Amino acid sequence: MAQNISNNFLSVIEANQSEILNDWIGGLRKPGTLSAGSINEGELKSQCSEFLALLHEAASSGNVAAINGPEWSPLREMLASLSRSRAKQGFTPTEVANFVLSLKSPIFRQIKAVDANDCDLLYEKLTSLSTILDILALWTTEVFQKSREELIIRQQEDMLEISTPVVKLWDGILALPIIGTLDSARTQVVMENLLQAIVDTGSEVAIIDITGVPTVDTLVSQHLLKTVAAAQLMGADCIISGIRPQIAQTIVHLGVDLTGVVTKTTLEDAFKLALKKTGATIVK
Amino acid sequence: MDRIPILQMSSFLLVTIQVDMHDELAMTLQSDLTSKITQTGAKAVLIDISGLDMVDSFIGRMLGNISAMSRVLDAETVVVGIQPAVAITLVELGLTLAGVRTALNVEKGMNMLRKSLGETDSELGYDHPEE
Repeated sequence: MAQNISNNFLSVIEANQSEILNDWIGGLRKPGTLSAGSINEGELKSQCSEFLALLHEAASSGNVAAINGPEWSPLREMLASLSRSRAKQGFTPTEVANFVLSLKSPIFRQIKAVDANDCDLLYEKLTSLSTILDILALWTTEVFQKSREELIIRQQEDMLEISTPVVKLWDGILALPIIGTLDSARTQVVMENLLQAIVDTGSEVAIIDITGVPTVDTLVSQHLLKTVAAAQLMGADCIISGIRPQIAQTIVHLGVDLTGVVTKTTLEDAFKLALKKTGATIVK
Repeated sequence: MDRIPILQMSSFLLVTIQVDMHDELAMTLQSDLTSKITQTGAKAVLIDISGLDMVDSFIGRMLGNISAMSRVLDAETVVVGIQPAVAITLVELGLTLAGVRTALNVEKGMNMLRKSLGETDSELGYDHPEE
């Protein structure tokens, strides 16, 4: 039965390919379906005819029910790459799904023209085709979302890398300017980077500059203290610099104990102290 | 039975831990080291743990204990070569080894010990021949 139906709508696609294609593209060009002008006519046309050809190919394998099967994989891949490229171009998921969904009415029109008299057959054909196109449209949305998520994850990772540089200021002196709020995940990265840099450069003093940290709460100071303690375990002295007046007030009000840690107001002061510790002197 | 070798260099004792420490080994080291300090009258102990890439709370506590015992026996202890991962683990365990002095590598640790020994000697009015 399924074989029969698929053959039937295949013959409809085959017979009226150019008509369906024109109808489809015309529908896609209507305002609200696709951001007008974002995709040029030729590209859209080639995408549409490729989709139609692949749909025909996949459906003619006879396995209409199993859209996840291997027969449909070329079509799924084509849709995935289309969806990804559209996601990059800034289309909405609706617009991407509409690419597939707007194929319904042109084909339905053609099927109706052939089978208008047989109501049951018409119903069977329309539902089976409709199901296929719905699944494919959902598939584009899924890929769209996935590609967006990948982008977000990559950006987060990039930000994490960018925001925690360890700078060598002098022979044996490292600086770690922290910009933005310190959360647990970032502290881990900061700590690992700093400790590795201490080993790599054989530094004795590390300056943690928190000028760029907007607020300090108990959690942030806890993280800072942990970093300092770990650096001290490795045998490096830690200086915290860039503490703003409000932050000093908050730290004291919170009752955070910073007695074991050397703190300085500015990076300059911290650097002077670090030079002194390493035995270097500045001569003007 | 496995033992961690303790090397003597004038008034220093050197311990390099290059195998994974298990608890029994740590206990043996603790007793070996204390008896060695009394035998040789060593003034300083340097423990190099750069070969250790895993430390548990027991080993962490043992390092603190060794350092405290040495102090009682009038010898200073420096632990050198703590790996980043080990340092993070110790901090997460809440073991900051408060009483233990640390240095980045053996050279810096030796300098640190020499300096502090030199200072105590000059306080006593005794000049170290090498310095």
